[in-house]
Amino acid sequence: MTDRELALTSIRYRRMVLRIIKEAGAGHTGGSLSCIDILNVLYNDVLNVAPATFADPARDRYIHSKGHCVEALYTVLADRGFFPDAHLHTLSHYQSHFVGHPTRKVNGVEHNTGALGHGLSVATGLALAGARSSRRFRVFALLGDGELTEGSVWEAAMAAAHYGLDNLVVIVDRNGLQISGRTEDVMGLEPLAQRFSAFGLEVRTCDGHDITELRAAFDEIPFAPGRPSLLLAHTVKGKGVSFMEGQAGWHHHVPNEHEYRLALQELQSAEAELQVAHG
Amino acid sequence: MSSQLNGGRAPAPPAVRPNQEVFAETLLEAARRDPTVLVVTSDSRGSGRLVEFAAELPERIVELGIAEQNLVGVAAGLAAGGHTVFAVSPACFLTTRSLEQIKNDVAYSGHKVVLVGISAGVSYGALGSTHHSLNDFASLRALNNLDIVVPADNRQTREAVLAALHHPRPLYLRFGKRPVPDLPAGACGFSIGRGECIAEGSDAALVATGETVWRAMAARSALAEDGVSCRVLCMHSIRPFDGAALLDAARSVRAVVCVEEHSVHGGLGEQCAALLMQEGVQVPFRIMGIPDEYTVTGSQEEILSHYGISPRGIAGEMRRLLACPQD
Repeated sequence: MTDRELALTSIRYRRMVLRIIKEAGAGHTGGSLSCIDILNVLYNDVLNVAPATFADPARDRYIHSKGHCVEALYTVLADRGFFPDAHLHTLSHYQSHFVGHPTRKVNGVEHNTGALGHGLSVATGLALAGARSSRRFRVFALLGDGELTEGSVWEAAMAAAHYGLDNLVVIVDRNGLQISGRTEDVMGLEPLAQRFSAFGLEVRTCDGHDITELRAAFDEIPFAPGRPSLLLAHTVKGKGVSFMEGQAGWHHHVPNEHEYRLALQELQSAEAELQVAHG
Repeated sequence: MSSQLNGGRAPAPPAVRPNQEVFAETLLEAARRDPTVLVVTSDSRGSGRLVEFAAELPERIVELGIAEQNLVGVAAGLAAGGHTVFAVSPACFLTTRSLEQIKNDVAYSGHKVVLVGISAGVSYGALGSTHHSLNDFASLRALNNLDIVVPADNRQTREAVLAALHHPRPLYLRFGKRPVPDLPAGACGFSIGRGECIAEGSDAALVATGETVWRAMAARSALAEDGVSCRVLCMHSIRPFDGAALLDAARSVRAVVCVEEHSVHGGLGEQCAALLMQEGVQVPFRIMGIPDEYTVTGSQEEILSHYGISPRGIAGEMRRLLACPQD
């Protein structure tokens, strides 16, 4: 797919994320919108993962450590054919497999997440397995910035570097906000790149909404031989809908009918602009 | 083991080897045969008796340093990646520091890690309550999709490790660090989920697990001198739990005493009590375990004896219970 096609796909994904959150009456709007471009590029351009090969031991593994942003993951998995779109509309319903955090009950999900700070340890274990396998596989983990205050993240970072896991790619969705406000006000994370670098990971930064930059970054993995790669993706919480952008309140706010219509209008305009610009 | 330490009354059978030593030896044998077996440790290879394993199969042991949360998460990832993983760490740290990883990354996610709690219960003795694991049954029993096995002697340890290799669910194995005597095998042999009736009896039943089982057997000998015929039911499987074996014992005798190296809250005893009550089985009943306090200072033997978990203490409790039948 071209960058423009992927950008259009992101808009389609954003529309679906908002729709299923509105239908469910619950969800993590801001963070799902901040990580959707990353997931889009991963699943449509980087990962060798597809429904037909999901049982293949040599497939790439993706761990969604920021499990609360499950709507983004479900949306992308549905689009990739892991289950029918119709299932998305059962999100959070009584007896639905589509729980408000990822579980392996849903085809395409590798690991149950939701409690923060767990994903990097599991990804490190998988990457160790991948490095030992004759059919070496890669492991990708998406972490939120808010969860980086969990000590287990740093235990895992230390171990991943110690074992020189260059088949491990960590992506940090650096949107700068968490439920209570700015990450730097809640508990300072900076200098984040230097901290990960000091732990032995090879760090690159990019605009986490720029398809071209994301693709270019993933083209370079591993960023350094013998070291885990860490992509610090600078993002905007609520990206794509002006009144949600940069607002901590939209962490798990659900759009009402009016907000939903406004959001769809904005996405429609963005879509039209993309089509005109390249049409 | 001196008769004094043993409680003064019935001599203990000769102690053989620590269960965790037999665990490590069996695991090494298994790893030689099965290339998927991996051990992960948290600076715990010495206490886990895994030095020989590491020397012979260095590429099959993954050291993670003193980081138990990461230990369990990495173990889950390795299991998801196709390995048969034994995560070995002192029971006190493994089951409390990493409880959320056990819950979410192992049990909830359904990755078949074998969690091995070493130096369990009050094995660490005078090192104190930070190092004791007396709440692991309680916390792990309440997690869905995690089985719990506590071998009583070297034979059961060996059988448990071999069974763990192919167990269909995540599993917690719990071992102590002191030598334990060999015990008779039950007629049914070792099988996860089955209680082993290791001694028959018609007057009373002792239901025990782990390193309290040999103490229960020694108490049985003391009771026999009084003419009390006592059954000993070894419940190495805390989960799945052999309710039928317990009910059969409780319906056949006049008193039941449960013995465990665990808090009296939430362990084997309360598990038995709940089942008996729900099945309408009324029998004089006692739970012997560590009471609701931080333990007295001492060796494992001294601590257990202090709380009555010695052959003499167990026999005495049973005598009192038999002498005072409840209404």
